[in-house]
Amino acid sequence: MSALVEGAAAPLVNASRFRAAHEAEWERLDQLIIRMEKRSVRALSEDDILALPLLYRSALSSLSVARETSLDRALVTYLEQLCTRAYFQLYGVPDTALRQLGRFLAVDWPLGVQALWRETLACLIFTIAGVTAGWWLVASDPSWYYSIIPDAMSGGRDPSASTEALRATIYGPQEGSGLATFAAYLFTHNSQVAIFAFALGFAFTVPTVLLLLYNGLTLGAMLCLFAQKGLGLNFLGWLTIHGSTEMFAIILAGAAGMKIGTAIAFPGREERVEAAVRAGRRAAIVMAGVVLMLLVAGMLEGIGRQTVQSDPMRYGIGLAMLAGWLAYYYLPRRREGRDALVA
Amino acid sequence: MRWWRNRKPRAPRSLRRSFVTPEGVDLRLELASAGTRASAFILDMLILLLSLILATTAIALLGLTGGSGEVVQILWLIGAFVLRNGWFILFEMGGRGATPGKRMLGLRVVARDGGRLTGGAVIARNALREIEVFLPLSFLGMQAAQDAADGFLTLFALSWTGIFLFFPLFNRDRLRVGDLLAGTWVVLNVRAALGTDLVAARAAQPCRVFSDAALDLYGIYELQTLETVLRSGRDDAIATVAATIRRKAGLADEGDDEGFLSDYYAALCARLERGMLVGRRREDKHAAFGRHRMT
Repeated sequence: MSALVEGAAAPLVNASRFRAAHEAEWERLDQLIIRMEKRSVRALSEDDILALPLLYRSALSSLSVARETSLDRALVTYLEQLCTRAYFQLYGVPDTALRQLGRFLAVDWPLGVQALWRETLACLIFTIAGVTAGWWLVASDPSWYYSIIPDAMSGGRDPSASTEALRATIYGPQEGSGLATFAAYLFTHNSQVAIFAFALGFAFTVPTVLLLLYNGLTLGAMLCLFAQKGLGLNFLGWLTIHGSTEMFAIILAGAAGMKIGTAIAFPGREERVEAAVRAGRRAAIVMAGVVLMLLVAGMLEGIGRQTVQSDPMRYGIGLAMLAGWLAYYYLPRRREGRDALVA
Repeated sequence: MRWWRNRKPRAPRSLRRSFVTPEGVDLRLELASAGTRASAFILDMLILLLSLILATTAIALLGLTGGSGEVVQILWLIGAFVLRNGWFILFEMGGRGATPGKRMLGLRVVARDGGRLTGGAVIARNALREIEVFLPLSFLGMQAAQDAADGFLTLFALSWTGIFLFFPLFNRDRLRVGDLLAGTWVVLNVRAALGTDLVAARAAQPCRVFSDAALDLYGIYELQTLETVLRSGRDDAIATVAATIRRKAGLADEGDDEGFLSDYYAALCARLERGMLVGRRREDKHAAFGRHRMT
């Protein structure tokens, strides 16, 4: 029965006819996609760009037809990967870097911060609570200072130091490594901590709040120490020049983390995962902004603080920076997508 | 009450996910397995470490040949920071949506809703890496360096890493915590060449003719398995399969295994396809062919 029969040609199946009719189109689409994957859409000529959506749609319909009428698995697999790659090149590719940057600076960053105002306020209150507690603890019993501030951070600034020694830490040149190195170190270190605070928000914001409280505690303790030696305002000036930017950034990082934690804990009407995704994406944009703020703060701290020695100048720069950030974030602006007629 | 016996039967685990394009076609995306993801991450870390070492040596050489020490330190600090935080973010924000490690293994990060991969999503999924991997690692490193590895603390760090590290294994979609939060997932996205047309390849030659009884033995599942065997081109597999089919169909062995299988494939394919076009899809050999036999 299975002997070779002369003249009996093998039956033609759908897949063969289908391949013969469309293989050239698929091949062309494949070549275009490869070029887009290797470089970008700009590597295509005008003709190719015009042909691309047509080729894509015809490949998609080939896939549908092949699934329904053909048993050739290799063909279906090939069309699936071709359509998937084409889909992601057509729909999934992000904007160009420059466009993204522009959008980030003009819209996403300030609006993202604006949307976090509730969390920002809460974080501010936590920080202030920390400062008050730190002040009160050290004022009532100076030995608290040693448990709040680690040795490495105090650098000789403790209750046993003389007024002159403390004054020297605020004014006068810093010994050791150069200013710019110090600035770079501060920037990288603070950014890492801020990213960390943000990521910890995932655990229902508890660690984030603790970090903010501790941050406030150290600040309050130091303030109290300097105030007891009559250097309170000078210390505040020394701090304000970069601290207004830095503390603001840390509070925003905490607020971003808090946003995620609260979205997971209290998703409201949305599904839990969806609420987390929305919060996560918006908060992440704020985090990119926080890193930029810390870059500015690092430069102010490393370079500005040592070169600017007068208190009024320090206060002036610090408060001007704060006013700048506040204006950038909270001044009302036209929302994107709102129609001019409606506005 | 044995409540756990009463569960609904589970569908077989698969990494295929239905994904419908705006044009209304289901692309059936294939998610990357946890092993592939881990390999990609290890590749990335290796490249990162290597470039860090190379950059450090280059900067050190620069410092030795007269550059000021300060510039060298700043370069290193900023460079290390950018490498650690920027490597994943910048590569995934680019057009290919993949770091070099992922690209080598044919992976791509995409938004779960099929939209554009936004900067926010990429930053979110990579910032979470900080508590997934880097925190416990640096913590352990610090403990080891101080030579004061407290038992409890080490245990805590290890279980912390464990939760996040193995998180992808505990959910169907192989999501990291970062993926979960950013609304992304990682799919396989490799280019494949179109295999040859097995039926058309036989069309030019004289071929064998099979009886209906011989062709009724198998369904679509077996046909596609046969396709895989033929495309693999392994002689021992082909000989085994050919022998089995001959035995079941009661055919004599005339020597040419591959020719026999190719002809059988073409005939079976044509027959099943004809059945399918009139609405009789025979999924596998256990399914009945329906009342009317096609002739």
